[in-house]
Amino acid sequence: MPTLETTRAAAGAVARRPADADARPPARRYRWRGRLAEVAPLIVLVALCLCIGALSPAFFSVRNAIWGVGNQAAIPLILAMGATPIIVMGSIDLSVEGVLSVGAMIVVLLCTNDSNAHDLGWWGPLLAVTACTGLGLVNGLVHVGLRIPSFMATLGLWFVGLGIGTVALGGSAVRVLDPRIRAVAFERVLTFPMAVWIATAAFLLALLLERRTRFGRYIYAIGGGEDIALLSGVPVKRVRILAFTVAGFFTGLAAVVAAAQLGQANTTIADGRLFTTVTAVVVGGTALTGGSGGVVNSLIGVLIVAVLANGMVLLGISPYVHEAVQGLMIIAAVALSIRRGGSLVIK
Amino acid sequence: MLKVDGVSKSFGSVRALRDVSLEIRRNEVVGLVGENGAGKSTLMRILSGTMRPDAGELSVDGRRVVLSDTRRANEHGIAMVFQEQSLLLNMSVAENIHLAQEKQFTRLGLLARRRMIEAARVHLAKVGLEVDPTVKAGELNFAARQMVELAKALALEERTDAPLTILLDEPTSVLEAKDIDVLFARMRSLKSRASFLFVSHRLDEVLAISDRVYVMKDGMVVAERASDASTVPDLHAMMVGRDLHSEYYREARQAPPQGHVLLEARGLSVQGIFRDVDFALRRGEVLGIAGVIGSGREELTRTLFGFLPQTAGSLHVDGAATMLRSPSEAVAAGIGYIPRERRTEGLVMDLSVAANVTLAKLDVAMSHGLIAHARERAIAADWIRRLSIRTPSSAQVCRNLSGGNQQKIVLARWMTARSHILILDHPTRGLDVGAKEEVYDLIRDLSAEGIGIILTSDTLEETIGLCHTILVMRDGAITARFDAAAGAKPTQVALLEHMV
Repeated sequence: MPTLETTRAAAGAVARRPADADARPPARRYRWRGRLAEVAPLIVLVALCLCIGALSPAFFSVRNAIWGVGNQAAIPLILAMGATPIIVMGSIDLSVEGVLSVGAMIVVLLCTNDSNAHDLGWWGPLLAVTACTGLGLVNGLVHVGLRIPSFMATLGLWFVGLGIGTVALGGSAVRVLDPRIRAVAFERVLTFPMAVWIATAAFLLALLLERRTRFGRYIYAIGGGEDIALLSGVPVKRVRILAFTVAGFFTGLAAVVAAAQLGQANTTIADGRLFTTVTAVVVGGTALTGGSGGVVNSLIGVLIVAVLANGMVLLGISPYVHEAVQGLMIIAAVALSIRRGGSLVIK
Repeated sequence: MLKVDGVSKSFGSVRALRDVSLEIRRNEVVGLVGENGAGKSTLMRILSGTMRPDAGELSVDGRRVVLSDTRRANEHGIAMVFQEQSLLLNMSVAENIHLAQEKQFTRLGLLARRRMIEAARVHLAKVGLEVDPTVKAGELNFAARQMVELAKALALEERTDAPLTILLDEPTSVLEAKDIDVLFARMRSLKSRASFLFVSHRLDEVLAISDRVYVMKDGMVVAERASDASTVPDLHAMMVGRDLHSEYYREARQAPPQGHVLLEARGLSVQGIFRDVDFALRRGEVLGIAGVIGSGREELTRTLFGFLPQTAGSLHVDGAATMLRSPSEAVAAGIGYIPRERRTEGLVMDLSVAANVTLAKLDVAMSHGLIAHARERAIAADWIRRLSIRTPSSAQVCRNLSGGNQQKIVLARWMTARSHILILDHPTRGLDVGAKEEVYDLIRDLSAEGIGIILTSDTLEETIGLCHTILVMRDGAITARFDAAAGAKPTQVALLEHMV
């Protein structure tokens, strides 16, 4: 039990040196251990790059960095920006795939496409993001208002979203023909595709929210101890609803990029997104128990997942093996990150 | 015969038990009394196998035993009936009685349900409880659950040859008078089967039921008495022991409160818990609430912070009638709460000192709608200096700090939020002597700044030493009100008379 150890160590220090040093010995030990845990994902990322680079020199080419890693990481990163605050809060959003397919469906059906005569131009993506934000809000309201655990509330909306998306598309794939939408994914600005810039902007926005706003502070307070947050007068319910709404917004953004990259929306556009998102967040070092980690961790986590996927492609490993490796990775990351010593029961 | 010989136990620098020796003979009821923090619970935990002593020995019938866990304690005939009740409410009475002991009812890996229920019926008959063993424990009332626990403890006699010793930790605190009579009648009739160690705050009950009484104080056994040769005042005097040190509680700095009333309760009640509470807290006043567990004082403090809204009467903050429906409303009304459980209720341990200081009022660190980190650090640094919080920096995570320093950070949070009424819920629990004295100094500082303080404390000594006024509660009502001006403090015995 690390917490108990610290108390004892601190108390022992008082007994030995009553004057000025009661916080220091455990602090130093913790700082050292804490630092290591903080940089572990970064070390993993660097090691992974070096290993893959050694086995396949193509990995370090500029072309691969942009298209193989950067472009592939864009959508997972945008999704992770929404998922991170929720996981820091100790909750989870399982509705990513449902919300994303609704968003993608709206984009393709409202912009020039091969299924109907709509041509709303930029209104398409705007309405898609708005709708996804609204679905996020619904998640939050259901979770907080009806007092349903977040995983149940969002599990419900996942399938509601998938259902809506499938029905609206009539079960088939609809291609988006508006060149402006396609440009969202592929137009290059300063050598990088637009998708990478959108993801970068999403990251900076999430970082600002996390570090410099009330919302950011309060999600850590809730994740670290909801009772304490409540006792301090933090508007816990509002923050919870807001976190799910923010996640909806980022998912909407990801939906636009996904529709643009694929050039169409179909029933499988969102497949596997949830797992990749949660894996990236957790592998980055944000604990599912809440209260620690953050969007910088998630950036590193997304890169680890993307580099690994890219490496496997370069090395010619089957995509099914890749899925299995991702599964092992999430178990390993959780096993390493949870402070299990402290609690008697793991559910 | 269960014998405890020279047992000691420390938690860090706090010595919970020092060289404790006592014995429980066959077919005897032994009482154990002492103030909160005297070491009774620690001793019970050691006897029940949930905690190991640092030094000393335990023996059963002259043979040395090591009680490494509950199961081992059971093998040596020791069973505990827990104060907080340890039944699983989602399981039947029979399943509870045989929990973790199902092996005797299994054949080929399958449970013989009927035999289990029959066996449970036998054990329930011993305690005279007539309930269907297939009923869920959650459907029984508290008194019946306690009897089920007792039956569970008695079920032990079939599995061990050792003499049976049953530990009862505050068994009467949740019971009504008639249920207590039933419990005592059962204990008397069961004396032929088992010995009992009975812990209670209600001294008259202890004297009524036990043959001998041990008195504990500051982790030591200070007296052993035959019950029929003792009186309640005798026990009081021995529990309380040493004289008050007026210096220890900074009594010289206790100035009479003056100025307007910050918080006033008129006929404040929560149905079934406490009733008709009246008081007025003035600027700079420290108001203590004394009472044993179950007297309603803990609930009263919770009502004052919006956890438990009142069902009758009124509460006035700065003269305006206020209904506090949640802690957020209490915070908005200028009330701060310093909880006893710092780890679960006081600080967000993974956040920095600075973030914890500003948590209740983040506005102070905001500029243009964003958190200004430099400003936040400056605010925290100011409090670190003023309250001499020992931390490497304001960016330090609170988990790494000692209890006394954590307590100061909670205080800094409320000062930052400009709370003018503070509820201190056992503020010195778990702190060592030096840290306690710092908290006492802080209380005097706050009082001098005109902040009104409501205090509940683990010891009467502390309540008397720190407070201007003391309310004594018993069974949900205020039974006495003491003026405790510096130099004219009431005695602990005077308070105790109204508590039990």
